[in-house]
Parts: sequence; structure tokens; C-alpha cells
Amino acid sequence: MINFLLLPILIPLMTGVLLIFFPKHIKWQRWIAGIFSFITIIVSTMLVQKVKTDGIQTLDVSSWDAPFGITLVSDMLSALLVLTTSIVAFACLLFSFRSIGEEREKFYYYPCYSFLIVGVNGAFTTGDIFNLFVFFEVMLMASYALMVLGGTKIQLRETIKYLLVNVISSALFVITVAYLYSVVGTLNMAHISERISEVGQPGIITVIAILFLIVFGLKGAIFPLFFWLPDSYYAPPVPVMALFGALLTKVGVYSIMRTYTLFFYHDTGYTHQILAILAILSIIFGVIGAIAYWDIKKIIIYNIIIAVGAILFGVSAMTPDALTGSVFYLIHDMLIKAALFLLVGVMIAISGTSNLKDISGLIKRYPGLAWTFFISALALAGIPPLSGFVGKLLIIKGGFEAEQYWGAAIVLMSSLLILFSIMKIFINGFWGTPRAYEGEEKVPVKTLMIAPVVLVTISVFYGVGSEVIFPYISQAAETLVNPEIYIEAVLKER
Amino acid sequence: MKTNDLILQTTTKVVVFIILLFAVYIFFAGHYTPGGGFVGGLLTSGAIVLLLLAFDLKTLQNFLPFNYIYMIAIGLLFSIGTGAGSLLFNVPFLTHAFTHIDLPILGDLSLHTATLFDLGVFLVVVGVTMTIIQTIGGDE
Repeated sequence: MINFLLLPILIPLMTGVLLIFFPKHIKWQRWIAGIFSFITIIVSTMLVQKVKTDGIQTLDVSSWDAPFGITLVSDMLSALLVLTTSIVAFACLLFSFRSIGEEREKFYYYPCYSFLIVGVNGAFTTGDIFNLFVFFEVMLMASYALMVLGGTKIQLRETIKYLLVNVISSALFVITVAYLYSVVGTLNMAHISERISEVGQPGIITVIAILFLIVFGLKGAIFPLFFWLPDSYYAPPVPVMALFGALLTKVGVYSIMRTYTLFFYHDTGYTHQILAILAILSIIFGVIGAIAYWDIKKIIIYNIIIAVGAILFGVSAMTPDALTGSVFYLIHDMLIKAALFLLVGVMIAISGTSNLKDISGLIKRYPGLAWTFFISALALAGIPPLSGFVGKLLIIKGGFEAEQYWGAAIVLMSSLLILFSIMKIFINGFWGTPRAYEGEEKVPVKTLMIAPVVLVTISVFYGVGSEVIFPYISQAAETLVNPEIYIEAVLKER
Repeated sequence: MKTNDLILQTTTKVVVFIILLFAVYIFFAGHYTPGGGFVGGLLTSGAIVLLLLAFDLKTLQNFLPFNYIYMIAIGLLFSIGTGAGSLLFNVPFLTHAFTHIDLPILGDLSLHTATLFDLGVFLVVVGVTMTIIQTIGGDE
């Protein structure tokens, strides 16, 4: 079936549309959303296998040949990201069932949720720069709705900020695409890359590269464009926050990866140097934030910025090792951030507060929660058998190979401080004298724990079984290192 | 005190049909001349808004008892269904087909599945516009 790579976009889209018809039947909403979300996981696993055996999959939508119509391209990187997205989406959905509350569920929570997945999967799969913009908007509109849904005061305030920032960055995106179109005269990504290599990246293309960095940096929260993220992600309920933290910024990161390896690789001296500096500064500022706060949600939120910095540092080094490391770390980070947000959500559900100073001694009564949190904390910091290790190792190795000694050293040092920030939660929240919290008996801890345990298990396998995973990752990085593969797959006849 | 809006209401009753007719014309003309689902939908909801201005919300809901949110979903189903229909024939998504049909009175008609896609756009536009206006206007 030639439309196979479309299914991870089409299935959530159909789910979202179907769920609009009966908003008040919560049970049906949950079942249908859950089942179709699971089918999406199966389909994207099959897609990964198909890309592995048959090479890059392309689909010329509505039968128009490559540069003229919209092309959807599933190379290994996007197939893996689609699979990770589906897994994270399913886990957060499981968590939503027990924690989001009927009031929100009755007002189109699950349709918005499905449309968000459509946007993310579409952004990962598309091979057309304007189509990327459209999928960004699909994702963002759904995220506005999910962020404001419920209508508490803090949500309203933060949604206004989030909306303003994203409307401005989307306008800048359109302007940037307009500049690019007026220079190269095409929107198909492979064709753009070919045209740019024909003219050999003159000054105007470098300007466009920096504009793209600003646009995607605003979406993906790099220094100094991350200012909106800590407050905005603080506002929505936990499963939504986990979904945003795991997926939304990573779409921006993926777009930087794609554009900087496919379009702007001819004159790396300027653009990639700026990317490296900004990535390092993101790590430093993220670390400062993660250490400074005594609020468990804030600590995890600042860890998003650190991870974005580490991944983009790998991209800026542009060596095969560094790119492989970036892909490895990107997928690891999506899984582990979702798991950590959900675990923090369970802690907040039990204790009723996110202030670390008001929580202590949780390990006595909730050992399962404590040890799951401990494992995911070690994975986040990159302790050897776990999933964060291989990615960061390769990023640092690539950094040294590219003679970015300072940057690689800072990535290395940041691990220590990440470990410190996350162990602060573990030591203060789980050790110490147990306290009684109001209404903790009512919290369904066992059912809430299913989703984070699943995610942590997957991430442990991802780390321990990196030998098995590695061929997939290196196939993904191969396309990044060598854009010719991508171009040939899309523009077949030339 | 109730103002006398007899002239407004009588004119509306005549004008609404002209606008609706124009909307349908614009919708079907879309393939060969400027127009299509989006403007057609906006014109249709313009006509409904005119009714809303001349009468009140309750009268309108009695007169046109649509659930506009369902209308959005049905429109989306039309558009996605037209696209997904191509999955059955194993051609790329959204591949359209057309045919010529000779009807006795209307003559040579070219029927295109893109019209069904446009019908979906039309329904979504009407649904979204009316949902926005009725939700804001209906707030007590």
C-alpha cells in the first residue's frame, strides 16, 4: 500500500473528527481515543520496519510529481520520531483517563488531543516547507485549546503569553518561507536543497538560515528565545504538560535539524557556529534554572531547555558521530521527559502541592513511585546502562572531533548539574520523615503509575538494548550526514 | 421599548435568498472562475448573520435547527473521505477523479471529486463561523 506512511497522520485525524460527534459520552471517548492511539503505535512500528528494509518512503500526495505537489517523506529519522510520538501520546492518554477530570473531557479534550498528534506526526513526516508550517499551525492550535481548556486563572494568563509568542513566530515563519521562495523559487525541501547547492549558499541564504533559527528556536525554546516556556508549561494540567514537554519543543528541534543538515550545510562557519553558541548558552541557562527552583514542575521544565541545548550542540558539530548522538538523545529525551512529567504529576496528585519543601518521605508509602523516579532520574543524567548515556557520549565525542572543546566540556559538566537538580527532588521529596497529605487516599496511584512505568521500561530497554537500536539510529543519521540520499529518494527521475 | 424594525425584517427576507443564491453560484463556479468553498461558505454564513441581525437568536435557532459543531465534523468527514477514498484504489492520498456526463437539460457536465472536497470546506467554514458568532452572541 503506497499510502502507508500517511496512516500515522490519518488515523489520529479520523479519530479526532469522530470524537466531535459525542462529547458527553466520556466512556466512548476514552475507548475510541485509546484504541486508535494504540493502532497508531502498531502502524508506526510497521513503518519503521518498512523504512529499515525498503529505504526512504515517499508519497506524492494527489499524484503530482515531486517538486510540484506536496511530498510526504518518511526517512528513518522521521519514522522513529513518529513512533516515539505515538508511544508518548498513548502513555499520556492513559494518564489522562484517570487525572484530567470529567469537566475537561466533556469539552472536546480528546478531539483536541488527537489533532495535536496529527500536527506533530505531520510535521515530522512532511517534505514540503510550507506544509511544515501548516502542520505547525495544526499542532499549535490544538495546543492553545489544550492549554486553556478548563479556564483557570493561571491557564488564561499563560495562554495569552503562549499565543502571542507563537503567533509572532508563525508570522516570522511565513515571512522566512517567503524570502526563501523568492530566492530559490520552490517549496519542496529536496528541491530547495538542490537549488541552494546550485547557487552555493550566498549571503542571503545565510540570512534566511538565521531567520529559520529564530523561528524554530522560538518554537523549540533555545537561548534567548526560551523566555515564554517556563511559565507557559507550568499552567496546564499534568498530562497536557507532559505531552507539550515531550513533543512540542522537539518539533522545533527536529526542524532545526532538518533545515541545518538538508538546506544550509554549505557555509557552516557562520550559521553552525551561532547554533553552537546558542546551544551552549541554552544548556547554561537551563542548568541555572533547574538548580535554582524548589518547585518540582519548574525543575523538569528547565531540564527541557538543557536537553534542547545538548541536542542542538550535536547538530552544530555536524560530524557523523555528533549527529547520531543527537538523534539518539532526541528520542531518549522525548521518552524520559514524558515519564518524568507524569511521575511528578503523581507526586503532585498525592501531596497536593508542587513545592518541594512541602513534600517529604514519599518512599515509605510509595516505594514503586520512588524507585521508578530514581531510575528515570539516572536515565536523564546519562548513567551508563541507561538510555541517556549513549546519546550524550556520542554528542561529546563528536564535539571533541569537531574541536569544540569548550562546548563538549560544558555538555559533560551539565550532566552533573542535571543529576544534582533531579536528585534534589529525590532526596527532599522521597527521603525524610513521612507526612500525611490531605486526600491522598483518594488518589488512584496504582492506575496513574501504569503510564510512567511503561515509559520508563521502554527507556530502560532503549538504553540497555542500544546494540539493537543502533542500526536504526545510524540509518537515521546517515540521511542527515549525507543529504544526497534524501534528495535522490524524493526527486526520483533525476 | 421595542423599536419598529419592519423594514429591516422585510428587506432581510428578500435579500437573504439573493445572498444564498449568490453563495451557491460562487461555490459551484470555483473550478473555472474565482470562488470556491471558502468564499461560498463565508457568504452563506453572512446570510445567516443577516437573519441574526434582523431577528433574534431564538427565532433563528427555531428556523435553522442545525448543530453547527456537527456541521464542522461532517464537513471534515467529507474532505477526509474524499481524500481517503483514493486509498481504496491504491493511488496516492487526495488523488481526484473526474468524468463528463451528458444530462438532458443541463447539457455536458464535468463532475469532479474535488467538488466534494470543496463541499467539506464549505460546511466547515459555515460551521466554524456560525459557532463563533452564536457562542459569543449567545452568552448571557
